[in-house]
Amino acid sequence: MKLEAKNVNFFYGDFHALKDINMKIESNTVTAFIGPSGCGKSTFLRLFNRMNDLIADTHLDGECMLGDTNIYDKSISVDELRKTVGMVFQKPNPFPKSIFENVAYGLRINGERSKSVIEDTVETSLRQAALWEEVKDKLKKSAYALSGGQQQRLCIARALAVNPSVILMDEPASALDPISTSKIEELIFELKNHYTVVIVTHNMQQAARVSDKTGFFMLGELIEYDDTKKIFLNPEKEQTQNYITGRFG
Amino acid sequence: MKHTESELVDIKNSISEMWNLVQSQFEKAKTALLNSDEDLARVVISTEKRVNAFELKIDSDCENYIALFSPVAIDLRLVLSMIKINKTLERIGDFADGIARFVLESDEHGSHLELLKEIDVETMLVAVETMLEKTLQAITTENTAQAGMVFSIDNSIDTLYAEAIKKLAGHVVTNPNDALYVLHLMTVLRKIERAGDHCNNIMEEIVFYLDAKVLKHQKK
Ligand SMILES: Nc1ncnc2c1ncn2[C@@H]1O[C@H](COP(=O)(O)OP(=O)(O)O)[C@@H](O)[C@H]1O
Ligand SMILES: [Mg+2]
Repeated sequence: MKLEAKNVNFFYGDFHALKDINMKIESNTVTAFIGPSGCGKSTFLRLFNRMNDLIADTHLDGECMLGDTNIYDKSISVDELRKTVGMVFQKPNPFPKSIFENVAYGLRINGERSKSVIEDTVETSLRQAALWEEVKDKLKKSAYALSGGQQQRLCIARALAVNPSVILMDEPASALDPISTSKIEELIFELKNHYTVVIVTHNMQQAARVSDKTGFFMLGELIEYDDTKKIFLNPEKEQTQNYITGRFG
Repeated sequence: MKHTESELVDIKNSISEMWNLVQSQFEKAKTALLNSDEDLARVVISTEKRVNAFELKIDSDCENYIALFSPVAIDLRLVLSMIKINKTLERIGDFADGIARFVLESDEHGSHLELLKEIDVETMLVAVETMLEKTLQAITTENTAQAGMVFSIDNSIDTLYAEAIKKLAGHVVTNPNDALYVLHLMTVLRKIERAGDHCNNIMEEIVFYLDAKVLKHQKK
C-alpha cells in the first residue's frame, strides 16, 4: 500500500471538514477524487504532503500513512516528505526563472552541484512531462513565455525532478483549454508507470478517463471509493449515482 | 496513440478475434454436415462455450468504454455497432452449434449426403462464409465498397433456400420414410438462411459506423 488514511478527521477551527475517512491507495495507480465543491477533496489531498500544516488553527485526528510511516510522526521532516510526495496545483505556478532553472530548482535546493547530473535530470523530467520536444531549443527562455498548458507540464516536470514517488494534483487541468487538458490527461496516464498519482478533479469525465480508482466525497465524507469502472458503470450508492449523472441537488 | 484510442483499438481487435472464432465454427459445422463428421461436430459444440464467453467479454469492454470515455461521433457509432455486431456474431455461432448438433442427431436417421447435394446446401453454406469474410474485410479495411455485394449474396441465399424447400417437399412425397429427417433438415436450412440475414445486419452496422447511413428498414 502506498498511501493510507486511517480514521481521518480534520478540522478548520470548529469546522469538521473531513469525517472518518478511510482509504487505501496502491502504488502505480491513478486515484481520482470527485465531489461537489467544498466537499473536502483538496483538504484531504493536502494531508498527504502536510500542506495543511501551513494553515493556522487546524487539527487532524487519525493517521496518514506513506508506506509504513505515519507522515505526521514527529520524526518526519516535512521538507523530505515533500520531495517524496510532490504536488501540482490548479494554476500553473512556474517561478520567474528560465525553463531550465524551474526544473533544476529543486535539485539545487537539495544541494546537487554536478552540472551534468542537473542537465540530465532536467532533460529526463521534461521528457517525462511530455514537454521536452517543445522546449529543448529554448531552455534559457523565461517560463512565462510558455502557454498555460506548457507551464503546467513544466510544473509537473519540476515536481518530477526531485524524484518523488507520489504526485498529488489539485485540479491540474481546470485552467487549461481542451487540447492542453487532453495532453495533461495523457501525461497523467503515463505517469502511473513510475509514480502513484492522486488527482482532484471537478471534471467527472476526466476522472473516468485517467483513473483506476475513484473516491466520491460529499460534505466531508467519503461516500464511495471503488474501481473507476464500477463507479461510472454501476455505483453502489444512490448519492454517487445522482452526482455523476448530474441529478444532484 | 492516446490511451483512449488504444482502448478502441483493443475492442476492434477483440471483435476481429470473435469474428475469426465464429468463422472457424461455421466452417467446421459446414464440413461436419457435408461429411457426416461427428467428431468435428463435437469440436464445434465444445467450442461454443468459448464463443459465448467471448461475447460477454466484448460486451463488458464496450460498456466500460462508454462509461469511462463518453464517446461521441464516429467513436460512439463504432462502439454502438460493435455491441450489435458482437451479439449478431454470437447468434451465428449458435447456428454453427445447431448445425453440429444436427449432425450428431441425424445419425439416427442414417446418412443422407445425396439429398444434401441435391438441395445444394453447400452453396448456401459457402455463401454465408463469403459474407462473413467480406464483412470482416469491410470493418478491418474501413471500406464499405463491398456492401452491395454482401447484400446480393444474401438475396441469392434466399433464392437457394426457397428452391431447396421445394426440392425437399418433392423428396418427402417420393420418400415418406424420410419425413422426420427432412423436417429436421428444414430447421438447419432455416438457420443457414438466418445466418445470411445476420451477415446482412452486420454489413448495415458497418455502414452505419463508417458512413453514418442507416440502411435498416430501407428497401434495398
Ligand atoms: N483555509 C481554510 N480555512 C477554513 N475553512 C476551509 C479552509 N480551506 C477549506 N475550508 C473549508 O473546508 C471545506 C472543504 O474545502 P476543500 O477541501 O477546499 O473542498 P473541495 O476541494 O472539495 O472543493 C469547505 O467547506 C471549505 O470552506
Ligand atoms: Mg479543491
